[in-house]
Amino acid sequence: MREMFSDARLVATKDLRIEARSRVLVNQVAPFALLVLVLFGFALDADQRTLRTFAPGLFWVTVLLAALLAVARSASVEHSDDAHSGLRLSGMSPSSIFLGKAAAVFVQLMVLEVLLTLGIVVLYGSEIDDPVLMSLTAVAAAVAVATMGTLYAALASGLGARETLLPILLLPVLAPVLIGATRAFDDALGAAAVDGWAWLGLLAVFGLVATVLGALAHGAMIED
Amino acid sequence: MADRNTSTSSSGSRLLGVTTLVGLVGLLLFAFVLTEPDVRLHPTTGEEFGQFDAVRLLYLHVPMAVLTYVAFLTCAVASATYLVKRGPWWDVTAHASAEVGTVFCGLVLVTGSIWGRPVWNTWWEWGDVRLMTTLVLFLLFTGYLALRRTAADPQRQARRAAIVALVAVLDIPLINRSVEWWENRTLHQQSTLAELKIEDLTLFTLMLGFVVFGMVFAWLMLHRFRVGWLEQALARYEVETAIAERHAEIETLDLDAAVGETGGGT
Repeated sequence: MREMFSDARLVATKDLRIEARSRVLVNQVAPFALLVLVLFGFALDADQRTLRTFAPGLFWVTVLLAALLAVARSASVEHSDDAHSGLRLSGMSPSSIFLGKAAAVFVQLMVLEVLLTLGIVVLYGSEIDDPVLMSLTAVAAAVAVATMGTLYAALASGLGARETLLPILLLPVLAPVLIGATRAFDDALGAAAVDGWAWLGLLAVFGLVATVLGALAHGAMIED
Repeated sequence: MADRNTSTSSSGSRLLGVTTLVGLVGLLLFAFVLTEPDVRLHPTTGEEFGQFDAVRLLYLHVPMAVLTYVAFLTCAVASATYLVKRGPWWDVTAHASAEVGTVFCGLVLVTGSIWGRPVWNTWWEWGDVRLMTTLVLFLLFTGYLALRRTAADPQRQARRAAIVALVAVLDIPLINRSVEWWENRTLHQQSTLAELKIEDLTLFTLMLGFVVFGMVFAWLMLHRFRVGWLEQALARYEVETAIAERHAEIETLDLDAAVGETGGGT
């Protein structure tokens, strides 16, 4: 077990080092996410009251769209120069490779969520009522999106048309995350009177199921 | 007489097909002509209320909904077994049931929407748990079928499709729970059928619906399975033929080289 986590840390460090050097998150994914926030503003007629009401939903739709780019990038890193084969021959277990890659995506998503929080506060005028609930929701949802996203990105890679395949495979699976995280944010941002903590529970269950499932299923894909 | 190796039909499946067709005509006759519309009288005001002619769609909608779940459950079981046993039979069964299930699921959504317009006064209700779960289920399996259509190594594709099917089925309880909490209401009356005063003919038509759609499901599964099986056989045949051709080419080249060497030596 200890070996699994230390291997996972190695893979995560490798992916984050690649990210730090290539700066795809900073140069492409983050600007894309902010652009989506601005486009929502245009689409909703720049009415700040409407934007504030729908900020939780818009925030999480933006996270999901940006996450598609992040997980696709995480999988494509392994395909350049056939790095995938090197990873497979390293002797690390498929579960540790999965956990490492998911952890790297999780860190990137957390950075993105902090940026987007600033985005909705500045652009939509949102006010944070419950920072603890908001932070825990952000963490639980990022775990769920990172694990499911990593699993599906690995699943779509190596198949034809993976760029178009990934969204239609992944987005319906993440429907409970979108609903749960939006409702928890509704509570945390004071946008609607709901019990955000119950939703946080659902997100935590989803994250746990996705992590276990991903760690188990990744082996079947590593065999390819 | 169709060749056993090149056709998806057999005398048994043809008999099933004809019986299904007759059953479908009978079901439509019962559902749309012979049964009565759902008209009830309010006990105090005496006003007519109920589902009127829209209730007739339920004789098709309910059996199709049940068979959708049967098909997706079959797909999940076949996928899990494929991951353990790796037999092509399970893979073809999973693919066939997912395809048939998606068709049924689409029809359930369409008939439900048409039924909802006069009864619920809306084509679509966002807050309804079962409606939303069915829609997401449809989208999940649309993705599954898209994956099935990608050009990839068949075994790799089969393994990945099996994982997608299992995740989709496991995701359903979570989607159901989340949508239920989301709106905490449903327009889907649990007692839609119980509320109706189920008379002999109504109950008979509903049961007939289950039998007929069960036969439609079996017939479609049979043919889709055979198509899948033939596709795999064709792929294997093409690979074997290509290998045999390459071997023949190499033998010819070896022969030419040998003849050339002998010719050069004399």
